[in-house]
This record gives sequence, structure tokens and C-alpha cells, in this order.
Amino acid sequence: MATLNINGHDHSVDVPNDTPLLWVIREHLQMTGTKFGCGAGYCGACTVHLNGTAVRSCQTAVSDAAGKRIVTIEGLHPKGEHPLQRAWIAEQVPQCGYCQSGQIMQAASLLAKNNDPTKAEIVEHMDGNLCRCMTYGRIQRAILRAASDMRGV
Amino acid sequence: MTKHDRLAVANLNRRHFLVGTAATGLVLGYAALPELGEAAGATETPANFEPTVWYAIGRDGKVVVTVGKAEMGQHIASTMAQIVAEELESSWKDMSIALASNDPKFNDPVLGAQITGGSWSTGMNFDAMRRAGAAGRLTLIKAAAEILAVPESELHAKNSRVVHAKSGKSLTYAQIVASGKATKTWTPDELKAIKLKTADQYVLIGRSVPQLDIPAKTNGTAKYGIDAFLPGMVYGKLALPPVRYGATVKSVNEADAKKVPGFVKAVVVDDKTGTTSGWVVAVAATYEGAKKAAAALKIEWDKGPYAAVDDQAIIAESRRLQQEGTAGFLFVKDGDSKAALSGAAKVIEAEYLTSLNIHAPMEPMNATVMEKDGVWHIYTGNQFATRTTGIASAIAGVDPSKIVLHQHYLGGGFGRRLESDMVVPAIAAAKAVGKPVKMIYSREDDMAMDFTRPLTYQKVRVGLDASGKAVAMEHDVIGAWPTARWGIPAFLTPSVDKKGSHDSFTVNGADYWYTIPNHTVRNFQNELAQKATPSGQLRSVAPAWTFWAVESTMDEIAHAAGQDPVEMRLALLDGAGNNSGAGAPTTAGGAKRLANVLRTAVGRSGYGAIKIAAGEGIGVACVSSQERTTPTWTACVAHVAVDKSSGQVTLKKLTVAMDVGTAVNPDGVRAQIEGSTLWGASLALLEKATMKNGGIEQTNFDGYTPMRMSQAPEIDISIISNGEAPVGCGEPAVTVVAPAIANAIFNAVGARVRSLPITADAVKAALKA
Repeated sequence: MATLNINGHDHSVDVPNDTPLLWVIREHLQMTGTKFGCGAGYCGACTVHLNGTAVRSCQTAVSDAAGKRIVTIEGLHPKGEHPLQRAWIAEQVPQCGYCQSGQIMQAASLLAKNNDPTKAEIVEHMDGNLCRCMTYGRIQRAILRAASDMRGV
Repeated sequence: MTKHDRLAVANLNRRHFLVGTAATGLVLGYAALPELGEAAGATETPANFEPTVWYAIGRDGKVVVTVGKAEMGQHIASTMAQIVAEELESSWKDMSIALASNDPKFNDPVLGAQITGGSWSTGMNFDAMRRAGAAGRLTLIKAAAEILAVPESELHAKNSRVVHAKSGKSLTYAQIVASGKATKTWTPDELKAIKLKTADQYVLIGRSVPQLDIPAKTNGTAKYGIDAFLPGMVYGKLALPPVRYGATVKSVNEADAKKVPGFVKAVVVDDKTGTTSGWVVAVAATYEGAKKAAAALKIEWDKGPYAAVDDQAIIAESRRLQQEGTAGFLFVKDGDSKAALSGAAKVIEAEYLTSLNIHAPMEPMNATVMEKDGVWHIYTGNQFATRTTGIASAIAGVDPSKIVLHQHYLGGGFGRRLESDMVVPAIAAAKAVGKPVKMIYSREDDMAMDFTRPLTYQKVRVGLDASGKAVAMEHDVIGAWPTARWGIPAFLTPSVDKKGSHDSFTVNGADYWYTIPNHTVRNFQNELAQKATPSGQLRSVAPAWTFWAVESTMDEIAHAAGQDPVEMRLALLDGAGNNSGAGAPTTAGGAKRLANVLRTAVGRSGYGAIKIAAGEGIGVACVSSQERTTPTWTACVAHVAVDKSSGQVTLKKLTVAMDVGTAVNPDGVRAQIEGSTLWGASLALLEKATMKNGGIEQTNFDGYTPMRMSQAPEIDISIISNGEAPVGCGEPAVTVVAPAIANAIFNAVGARVRSLPITADAVKAALKA
């Protein structure tokens, strides 16, 4: 039995210690905003925050997540109005949308540390997140928009 | 129950003002829908043949448009709503979307089936959705005239209101619907007689209104097939044979799998449809349990007849077929290419190849299924509900009317979800264990069993006259035939000489718009490839390989003749004869429109005007993808840098111009061109699948490597929307990029690469050639 703190709420789950956090979040707790893409850490669709750091939940054992603050796309902002989420709508980023929870969570961990990133810093931070619709240009624009929004300029 | 189902149920449970079409025509009026079942998502009783419902207006004035098209990121649902709203005169804030079930009443009005592909959706639904919208407006105006006791002629509709300008009185659509006075049944003739707006009267079409599906895709609430849950469900994980096709299961040993907590059983899939072969499903209480159990199963397979097939065997067979020459089906026969080639001053001859490619949408294939009261409920996202219903009924052993497909958002389609394989193991497992089953392919399963883009081989021979003008072309196209594999005769095309039917979806584009008087195109099926590599439609389909050959060849001709590749193309795009495009709204303007986009892209790129550094080059290409009857005129100028020592190609910029006739939502069109342009670049340089020992070698995104952000070049896009009939924009740009890049590489360093993808090694080899 493990206790997971997800988006500020404790959840007790009875799963083997090596169970990937991804499947606990998605299938056991039915919080489906976090997506399964590759199961191997190559695509970033399953990105969540663990104590504020973006991690691949498919590569994180549930035992390693217990006792830490886990934040998923559902918990990024109580109303879904994080500057990145607003920017994603303003720039009309998503196409199929499947990777976008992971993209937003990955981007959020950048802006939490650096609210004035260069384009090169954005590319470096986001390069592990695949978008098969290839919305990369809009993702970059939305991150820049959210960053300037957070800086209040 | 999905979000969409809830949306539909919430609205449809009330009495509604309905608009729909059926065999009898469009029907408007109040309808008391049958009470909907309590079971998850049982929104339709498939035995009923009610008129198709394209949209409903609630008593709150909200308009729910039910979309029979797969929503896979092209924002087609939003586009349908936008077209309806244009003639309905409803406010954009009142519009919402619901995804249709597989009920045949939601069939495409032109295609007569539920299928999303070919970049067809906007063009083929543009008329029907406008008429549906207009019929609603006219009926609301008639009802308002009755309520206000004024003549209809004094009323007009705007922003979800009917207005009487003279008195200043108005009624909202909500008020009119609530009055119960809006009832009328429209016959097909009445619908046809409705005078629709002309392009200059549009108020919503041509505006970049916000796409209705986007907000849910920023906060985790958008529901995809993989997000479905059913009470009491168990999980399925595939255990697959080492070959793509043709294996049979000899034995399954469950001993180790039984040690996995929650293991239920191993199910050998009995697939009479031939969609799958040799598949086993490990069923367990959890997905992680099913995954462990699948790995623990000891399965013995007979690998079947294709266990030795590899790429080289497929290419060798294609070459043999081309040289033998007898098995081809005539697709184009203009003039006498044989005579013209024998009399030509110069003949250019070349082979063009494209590799196997994997769709790899980010959402792996999945299906969640349940049998309840003799009806099978399927929760997934699918592009071809009509065929998937048929496959599901065959596996379930029930009539197709007992299959209800609950459509979800697609986490990428790209043609992969035109296939139905995901329902096969899901239903087989659910039958075997007597419980609902959620089947999720691992990424490895998804890649191993992809219906790949076929490995294609093409042979081109061009004859030039003494002045360097192309006067003859012979073009043979050889590969697996995806559409033929579907076994739907209506999708095949009679050959020009009536010798038989062939899969024209593997040769479209070879019937280009250049005026070359002697032109022969033949289409061959490679049966070895057909069986060993069951192939599928991959975003942009045949034009991605036919134009690879044609547009590379055009560049070869220009260089052989010492002409400018742009000027030479413009001269051949003279719009003469059949190339005038006269006779159909979608082709109006013909080759002249292609010349126009070529000039646009060339002008935007600075071709001939800007300085190009040493080791850099510019290449052009222009295409009429997807089909001769549905051309989207598209041109691309590629600017590349090539490192001669490594052969490494760097994309500096892609300039694309596209004439879509009418851009319903210009920003949506732009988004599609952005994505499809990068798709083209990714296929051109980065994506390659290979077959060895009958199996696909790549297993995940380490071996199969679509473009990442750091690899995306700068893109410049010009959209031409000139009021002509709307054509598709989701695919055509894919097809124009690869030849433009190859032509740019040649211009940069003189290396002609004729095989996709263009690898650094291939560039180095071509430099030495």
C-alpha cells in the first residue's frame, strides 16, 4: 500500500512497488489527463511534476513517488487557467492534443525557474517531448507568450 | 460514458429542434427521442433508422453539431460547426460539437460511409452543412413570423436571433425553439432550391474563430479512446509473433503467467477477418499485470510463409514486376509514349524508392469493449466507423446493427485509425473472459503491427526533344495496395484499358497537370509486399511517393536541358486541354492555379533574388495532391545546407504556398499546413522503418524517430483563398516537401538522391556518383 499526494490530495493505492506511476494515475485513479505514449521515456506524453520537477511518470516507480508532491495537468491550476494553458488557447496550439498535457507540464517546469527563456532554452528544455502533429512552432510561441504574461509585460 | 456522450445525452434527452438528413432528405422539427439507456454511453439504439441528426438547437439556444468525421487534430468538428453556423446565422459562442456514433445515419453525404481521410471532409460536406444550416434559419424565421405576426419577408436572422427591423422587435433562437412552432420537413428538392450565400456574403467562413476542441485539450479533460472505463472491466495486453503477418499459434504455456497477481487467462485470437494473425492476448485485472503476464507467456508460433521477407526481397520483386511489365494496370494513357521515347533526342531514366514508414500516432492503438444485452459497445477513436463496425461484427458474431461504436477524440490518426485491428483482440478477449476488456497496445505492439506506408518502387523514363522540352513520360508505380487489402470493390478504379480494377490510391498524383503530350502511367501490385507488409494509408498516401518521383524528375529534366526548374515547370503548366480544369468546381482554373502557387512560393522565398552561401541550395516542387478531382494546389521552396564531408542535410527554411479555394478557418488551415509541412520534412529526412525476417525492426521512438522541436526548420506559409470551392489542407503539403528538399540538395552540392528518406550516407554516396 502506497500513499500518493496528487494535486494536494492523498490517495492510497494497493499496487506492487515497481508499478509505473503513470498506470496508477491513469488506470487506478482514473485521472486521464496524463497520457501514455511510449512507456520508455522517449516521448514525454506522461510528464508530471514530482516536487516541482518534470518527470516521466512511465519511468517513475510508484515507490519513488510516495511521499512527494505529485502534480498532474489536472492540478496545474485550479481552473485550468495557468498562463501556459491560456497561452495554449490563445496560440491555438493543440491539434490532436494527445501530447499537450505533457508539453504543458514540461513547459511549466521551465517557466517556474526561468520566466524569460530564450528560444534556444525553450528548444533544449522541450526537445524530449514529441508532438506527432508537429505543433512545435506554436508550442514555442505559446511558451514565450506565457512567459511574458508571467513577467507582466 | 465519455464527455461527448454526456454532452449529447444532456441535450438530446430534452425535446429538440432537430435538423438532419436521411434518404428522405433533411428533416426539421420537434422530435421526442427515445429515452436513452443507462448503460455507459448507450446513446443510440442501432436498430432504429431515424433521420440523421446533424445538429440540434436546445431550448437554451445552444447548437450541438453532431459530426460524423473523426476529430484527430484537424479541427474538422469545429469546421463543420462553422459551416453550419454561417447559414444558420448562429453566434459562434452558441456552437458546440458532439462526435457521432457509427449509426449509418451519420454517413458522409457524398461518400455514403463513415470514413475520414483523403483531405475530403470540408469539400465534401461544404454543401450539405450549409444547406442544413440554411434550412434551420429559414424554419426559425417562419416560426418567428408566426409568433410576431409579421410577414417573413420583413425578418432576418443574425447572431442567434430573428430580427424585425421595422419594429425593432426580435426573438432569440432559444425563445423560438421553446415556443414549439419551429417545425418543417424539408425534401431533397426543397433543400436543393435553397439559395445559399455567395462567398462575398460570408460572415463566419473565412474567420479564424477559436477551435471548439482546443480548451479541453489544454486541461486534461479531452477524452480519447484510451481514457474510457467500464464497470468490471479487465485489461488486455498483446503477445505478438515475431513476424508482421502470416504466423499461427502452435501452443501457449500459461504456467509463468499464472504467477502474476490478477492474471485471468491467455486468449488466442481467432480472427476470421484476416486482420490479424497469430496474436495472443494476456488478460489480467490491471494493465501492469497484463503486461507482466504477456511477457511471461511461452508461445510457440509457426512463423508462416513470410518469415524470410526483408526490404531487399520486396524491392527485388518490384523490379522484376517492372521489367516483366505485364502485370501493370494502365492509369494514364495520353498519346504514344513508346513511339515518342524512341524518337526522343535524349532519354532520362531513373528509379525512385520510398521506405516503409510507421504512423506512430502519440496515442497507441486501443479499444475498450463490452457486451450488454446482445449489443457490443466499443469505445475507441476511429477514422472508418463503417468498416470497423463490419470487422467488429464478424469477431463478435453478431449483426452489424448490434455494434455501437462510441467515438472519441483520436490521439492522432494520420490514416492509422482507418484500420480496425484494435477491436479484434479486444472483442476476442472480452468474449473469452465474459467481461468488458480494455485493450491497450504498448508502443512496441503499435509499431510492430502498424499498417505501414508501403515500400514503393517507381521507374520513370522521360523523352526530351532537341530543344530540351519533355515530350514523353513513362511512369511505373509498384508496391503494396492498401485500399485493395480492405476488400471494398467500390474503392477500386477500372484501368484505362478496362483490363481490370486497381488501387488508384497508390498512384494518384502521377496523373499530374503538366502538359506532356505522350504520357503513360502503370500501376503494379507487389503481392509479396501485399502479404508480408499489410500496408495502410499514411497521411497524404500516394502523392507522397508519386510526386517524389515526378517532381524530382522535373528537376532532372531542367538540369539535363539547362533550363531553370521554375521557368520549365511554368511552361509545362499551360492549362491546355484537360489541364484547363474546366467542368468541375474543385478543379476550376486547373494548371494555371498550380502555376500561381508556384510563383507565390518562389516569390516569397526570394528564389533567384537572395544570396545563397556555398554548400547551400534552393529547390522547388509543386503538386496537385490529393487526387485529380480534388486538387489542392501546393508549392514548396526548400532552402538547405549540406555538409559535404558528412552528407548531413540541414533544413534552413521551407516556403509553402497553398491554394485551398475557400479557407473556412484560415488559422486552422495554417495549422494544418504547418504540421503537414513538418511531416513532409520528417518523412524526407528522419523516418525510416525496415523489415527483416518478416518483422518490422523498429520498436519505439529510439529506433523510429519523427521530427523533434530542435529539428524543425523555419516555415513561411502563404494561403490562397480565392472563393473557389474548398479543398482539403491536411495532407497535400506532406507531398511537396521531400522533392523540394532533394532538388535543393542537388542544387547545393550536385548530389541526386532518389530514395526516401534522404540519409547522410545516401547524400555522400550520391556525391561520389
